[in-house]
Amino acid sequence: MSETTTEREVMEYDVIIVGAGPAGLACAIRLKQLKPDLMVAVIEKSPEVGAHILSGAVIEPEPLDELLPGWRDKPPPVCLPVVDDEIAFLTAKSRHKLPTPPQQRNHGNFIVSLGALCAWLAPQAEALGVDIFPGYAAAGIHYLPDGAVGGVIIGDMGVDRDGKPKDTYMQGIEIHAPLTVLAEGCRGHLSKELIERFKLDADSDPQAYGIGIKELWQVAPGKCKPGLVNHSIGWPLDTKTYGGSFIYHMDKDRVAVGFVCALDYSDPEFSPFEAFQQFKHHPSVKPLFEGGEILSGGARTIIEGGAQSLPKTEMPGALLIGDAAGLLNLPKIKGTHQAIRSGMLAASHVAEKGNGDGFDTVLRDSPIMKELHKVRNIRPGFNKGLWRGLITAGIETITAGKLPRTLHNHADYSSLTKLKDMKPIDRHWVKRDLAPRDRLASVYFSATDHDEDQVVHLQILEPDVCITRCGEEYGHPCTLFCPANVYEMVEDTDSTAGKRLQINAANCVHCKTCDIKDPYQIINWVTPEGGSGPNYQNL
Amino acid sequence: MKILVGIKRVVDYNVRIRVKSDGSGVDTDGVKMSINPFDEIALEEALRIREAGNAEEVIVVSMGGNECQQQLRTGLAMGADRAIQVNTEGDLQPLTIARVFLKIIEKEQPGLVLLGKQAIDGDNSQTAQMLAALWDRPQATFASKLTLSGDTATVVREVDAGLETIEVDLPAVASVDLRLNEPRFVKLPDIMKAKRKPLEVISADELGVTVENDLEISHYTPPPARGKGIMVEDTAQLVAELKTRGLV
Amino acid sequence: MSRTLIIAEHDGKNLNPSTAKCASCATSIGHDFDIVVIGASVSDIASQAAAIDGAATVYSIDADHLAKPLAANHASEVVAMADGYSHILGPSTTFGRDLMPRVAALLGVNQVSDISAVEDAYHFKRPIYAGNAIVDVHAPETVKMVATVRVASWKAAGNAGSAAVEARSASSQASSHTRYVSLESGGGERPDLQTAARVISGGRAMASKENFDLIYDLADMIGAGVGASRAAVDAGYCPNDMQVGQTGKIISPDLYIAFGISGAIQHITGIKDAGTIVAVNKDADAPIFEVADIGLTADLFTVIPELKQLLG
Repeated sequence: MSETTTEREVMEYDVIIVGAGPAGLACAIRLKQLKPDLMVAVIEKSPEVGAHILSGAVIEPEPLDELLPGWRDKPPPVCLPVVDDEIAFLTAKSRHKLPTPPQQRNHGNFIVSLGALCAWLAPQAEALGVDIFPGYAAAGIHYLPDGAVGGVIIGDMGVDRDGKPKDTYMQGIEIHAPLTVLAEGCRGHLSKELIERFKLDADSDPQAYGIGIKELWQVAPGKCKPGLVNHSIGWPLDTKTYGGSFIYHMDKDRVAVGFVCALDYSDPEFSPFEAFQQFKHHPSVKPLFEGGEILSGGARTIIEGGAQSLPKTEMPGALLIGDAAGLLNLPKIKGTHQAIRSGMLAASHVAEKGNGDGFDTVLRDSPIMKELHKVRNIRPGFNKGLWRGLITAGIETITAGKLPRTLHNHADYSSLTKLKDMKPIDRHWVKRDLAPRDRLASVYFSATDHDEDQVVHLQILEPDVCITRCGEEYGHPCTLFCPANVYEMVEDTDSTAGKRLQINAANCVHCKTCDIKDPYQIINWVTPEGGSGPNYQNL
Repeated sequence: MKILVGIKRVVDYNVRIRVKSDGSGVDTDGVKMSINPFDEIALEEALRIREAGNAEEVIVVSMGGNECQQQLRTGLAMGADRAIQVNTEGDLQPLTIARVFLKIIEKEQPGLVLLGKQAIDGDNSQTAQMLAALWDRPQATFASKLTLSGDTATVVREVDAGLETIEVDLPAVASVDLRLNEPRFVKLPDIMKAKRKPLEVISADELGVTVENDLEISHYTPPPARGKGIMVEDTAQLVAELKTRGLV
Repeated sequence: MSRTLIIAEHDGKNLNPSTAKCASCATSIGHDFDIVVIGASVSDIASQAAAIDGAATVYSIDADHLAKPLAANHASEVVAMADGYSHILGPSTTFGRDLMPRVAALLGVNQVSDISAVEDAYHFKRPIYAGNAIVDVHAPETVKMVATVRVASWKAAGNAGSAAVEARSASSQASSHTRYVSLESGGGERPDLQTAARVISGGRAMASKENFDLIYDLADMIGAGVGASRAAVDAGYCPNDMQVGQTGKIISPDLYIAFGISGAIQHITGIKDAGTIVAVNKDADAPIFEVADIGLTADLFTVIPELKQLLG
């Protein structure tokens, strides 16, 4: 945030919501449905609603039925009923179908584009009188004198690389509201600040995350089977790395494919992007994509910690909802229905009470939390590796989470093994020939756009660490875990170490992996100028 | 004086456009639409002229279906005083656009009409010149600097040979180029103010213009892909190859 | 009647190569074609035009007020000649793009911009969406066809022609409302990157700002413009107005030579319409070799001095 001596202009609302994702929009819609006279605004950093969000996605429709009862007659543009579900275990050369666990049965669910869903929700919110402002980034919190949250500060625009105002300089306004709802999604930067400041995670486990990388393909005619949902575990991951793939067959010969890697992996030389690309080359997968072309692609981190890692979701003047809080059901790999429900719950709570007080208790007593509680031991079960994890998952599923035990989550950033202690792993990875050839080519498909003349939004809080410690201890894992090739170590004869960290901030797709996985926790992701970032289409 | 600014709703410049597989057009389904970047520059220039005290009113005009009201509202949020939508269906070719514009000019009597030099979809670069011809007024195309002085404007134009300066008597039409200015950001409160500014909707029929698109555009294809060429062994071979192809 | 008129482009001394390219397009259209040279004291230029292969007659219109190409004046001259022609062509240069639409509107017809290929006399191909799509355009056969010719798509016609040269008197008066003031040539001797016919670029492998002198020297030797990849600009080797690529300049020179540039899609987007792409890179796997017309796997620091020797 640039320091400014001139006072910022102020706009006032009853509720300001940060983030036009499913949680934020559901909250806005519900608020206006219950209290039409409330002044509600949603701030969204992407240039158009939907441009920064991506997910598989298969959604459970019930919360939408509650929020917008007629929606099935006017569904979002990409919306197919799931026809068939398959889950498989892969080895380097083979594929073995597995029985579909109950959390993965998708009958009655829909394959959607989450971005298109949000773009479809937004005009419905506006029709109810919600003011939605895409292209503006909430860059800071406006704190009241007593320390409570009093609203947000919109980021300044037209600031150059050195922090100086350009000719187009426009100071960000402040939006004041008695209630601020953080709906930034996984690892939101304002949520991160608030969780720290109000110590909202004092009584929870460390949060756990995964990185999801996705591509939308136009496949050759005859290959797409609309409504088919495929998941896999196993290769290309080793047994100590948790994650898996998805392939969702849509309409018009379009197929969504993606890969999720839990970020508590231990190999500092592991590249989630590469794992994804390897998956596409599995003998059972590759034929689907041969002869096709990529339409768009991107990446986003996923919040995996569930019940044990859920922080307190209320603080003076603000609430956390959706994945800003962390409500995704990982065994189902679904968070959208939870996000929508939490937005609606927050709205009804606020409409009734007039403020957010007591929301955390209400949330923890709700079906949203019950759902998380039921599956709480599945993710941490995989901390002991794939096989133990599967066994634990099996037991927990059969007992519906009723066993009187709660396994715990560990932090992702401290899970890397030092280089010197690493034993080589033979991943059986292959030479690749499907697009995209590398991360730079992949970034192209995200259509990410940042004015290159602006302050670099990846803050390195202790830059020396990169040169002095990280190279030796971990070998610069940021250069590998970032799916967009933002971080590079380049030769530099001027530097004592002969190399320096180059930050290609313009490539960033706002996934937040670096903020999460950096072993020294010195990378702080903040929002770049509003309107910057990916331009996802139908992801 | 009044300034008329033409703005066109186009596919956003960030969108990677795809040709529909049946060749009938470009896939604009669910794609982000924005004000043509050159038109934004034209509007910015008009606003600066008004702020300098040389115009009283900036009017943004767009032709198309009701969707283009989104872009007109953005124009109003940037600072235009009022907006006019000429409600039409389907694609319009520049000659028709120029004819419609002329009718609006006859009604509004502006001192200056500012347009983008081309739209990033059609890349025609014709409307400003055609309008000037029909209006029998000067055209100052590819403007990178515009200075008003009473009833004349001195315009620096970006031409292949460098920068050409011409002087035109107002009223005139200018088409703007990239380096003229950098458009301002829209302030949030101004988005709210824009909702209350006047936006008039009229039809081409009401203006007495028949839509005449007599160029038939069809068979959209992606550009031919560049394939791998030849590899040479050394510099000498490289030079030989370049000479054979007449490139050096 | 089926006859084509080409509006010649010149700078007062010499014919611009764009005219010969229009001639190639006219030849493809198939009708006999004439060329008109409009200006002041243009007899020499008219002779140059008369040498263009295929031209039947070159008309010269000579008048003081036509010394500089102002569309307001030139358009009247073209319209006065238009009766005898079914097709009127100009180049898609700033000259032609300024003039031709005014002509079209005065004749009451639509214009086809940027013809990149001719299928037949009323059927053309042209790029739209910055070249990301190509379309077919069918112009009506009942009215005059006014168009600009995309110069990057056409080879210049040969110059073994011998057209007749005929003087015509000007029919326009000096415009009362538009006046030419001055022209400032693109600064320096090096051609402007955006419009240069030949461009040499350096990438991160150049390793330093000083090493870019190698590129500048080679460029000056062959009269080329100079560009750079984003990586080179980010590393501080050169200013960012030299950046070629998706977020820099999109250029279409006849010849593009890339030294030490890996060829990420973002860079290739900036040069996809170049005539011939030459790549020199130490890394045989660099993606640029997938699109380069001529590739050389070698160290640029060896190749550049060798090139200077062989071309000097």
